[in-house]
Amino acid sequence: MKLLEMNHVKKNFDGLEVLKDISLSVEEGEVVSIIGPSGSGKSTLLRCATLLEQMDSGQLLYLGEYAAKDEGGRCVYASKADLKRLQHCFGLVFQNFNLFPHYSVLKNITDSLLCVDKLPRQEAVERAEKLLAQLGLADKRDAYPYQLSGGQQQRVSIARALAKQPKLLFFDEPTSALDPELTVEVLKVIKQLAKEHMTMVIVTHEMQFAREVSDRIIFMEEGVIKEQGTPDELFGTDNERVREFIGHLSGK
Amino acid sequence: MSIQVMLLQLGKGMIVSVEIFMLTLLFSLPLGLIVAFGRMSKNAVLRWITKVYISVMRGTPLMLQLLVVYFGPYYVFKIRIGSGYRFVAVIIAFAINYAAYFAEIYRSGIESMPVGQYEAAKVLGYGRAQTFFKIILPQVIKRILPSVTNEIITLVKDTSLAFAIAQAEMFTIAKQIAAAQTTIMPLMAAGVFYYIFNLIVATVMERVEKACSYYR
Repeated sequence: MKLLEMNHVKKNFDGLEVLKDISLSVEEGEVVSIIGPSGSGKSTLLRCATLLEQMDSGQLLYLGEYAAKDEGGRCVYASKADLKRLQHCFGLVFQNFNLFPHYSVLKNITDSLLCVDKLPRQEAVERAEKLLAQLGLADKRDAYPYQLSGGQQQRVSIARALAKQPKLLFFDEPTSALDPELTVEVLKVIKQLAKEHMTMVIVTHEMQFAREVSDRIIFMEEGVIKEQGTPDELFGTDNERVREFIGHLSGK
Repeated sequence: MSIQVMLLQLGKGMIVSVEIFMLTLLFSLPLGLIVAFGRMSKNAVLRWITKVYISVMRGTPLMLQLLVVYFGPYYVFKIRIGSGYRFVAVIIAFAINYAAYFAEIYRSGIESMPVGQYEAAKVLGYGRAQTFFKIILPQVIKRILPSVTNEIITLVKDTSLAFAIAQAEMFTIAKQIAAAQTTIMPLMAAGVFYYIFNLIVATVMERVEKACSYYR
């Protein structure tokens, strides 16, 4: 079953074409990594998929239901109520974590469950505590974000996204703000999620990680998908540009 | 006049000064937030109106604004004003003047918030009002506290401007006694009162800042 479908997505910023006709679909249980140089439109694609950015044209579907339709070349979004419902399908983990600094770790996770999803307090707290234990953060329950390392903060933000029980989880360069050691601890968490067949779309610069964790890797450059395939296909490609890019980053 | 009587009179004036202070804050702090929303609105007309309002309030003397609010209804509309209006006029003039300053402070705080906080809230499903009041405003308040403290301290001293329309607050009374008794004492005493008032204000605000320092 297709969880996410994006068709012919185009996006301009002040006349600059950032996305030029991108199509992408993600099956349930699939892990898709998006790689490519800075400015290739990877993050913009993710921001369009997560409704943080409006597409200029193209279609966006979650679970086969339209979040945005293409009507004569113009993009028409579904009603606010429908978008709010579809928003429940996915979660997003940011590069800069974006935890709420004035909330404790526990409250960061439970607050939206309580005041958006209207869960009973006990259930929300149980859900959060279970996730914190899984991610090795049980003792940080009452800490505030500034008291945590970057890796811990990113794990809290993963827990916050998972607590909403999304069908699909997006990661926007989840380790770009972290040093190599902290990167490892966050990647470990994502690998574990992949083992549990969590559907994920990951924008990353960690080539080795993408190779290990992905079912499919997409290489983007200049607003188009230049190449895509299984990790083995992509790492064994004849495409000079892709080889060059991967070579640079994996240090070969 | 004995010192006790003088202090008693000044004390009565002090109560009026404190009332002006409290009521001004009570009205201008929320009003300032509404003005700040107007100033940042997507609606160009609303944005322009609030911009002019802030400009006039900050660009003309508060003493003049007091006179306009107090005498305006009579001079412009020929409305007979009762003696009870004097205090009301003081509060109106102070509230709309301070709201303009507070609006700009709120705006600076709101605009300094990283966009990531809004985006995280949106992805988690928070509505617009929830995002503002639960996520943004608490952090804005922490950021703007030092500037707000500055304004509040200025307000304590500005209450003496009510003298311009003969509102019997502490400064007005101090000046009356000084003139009648030909002594500097009441003015000195009033100075001490204002100073202590502000010492209390500063201490309270320091406590509030401390209460907000559990996070960074």
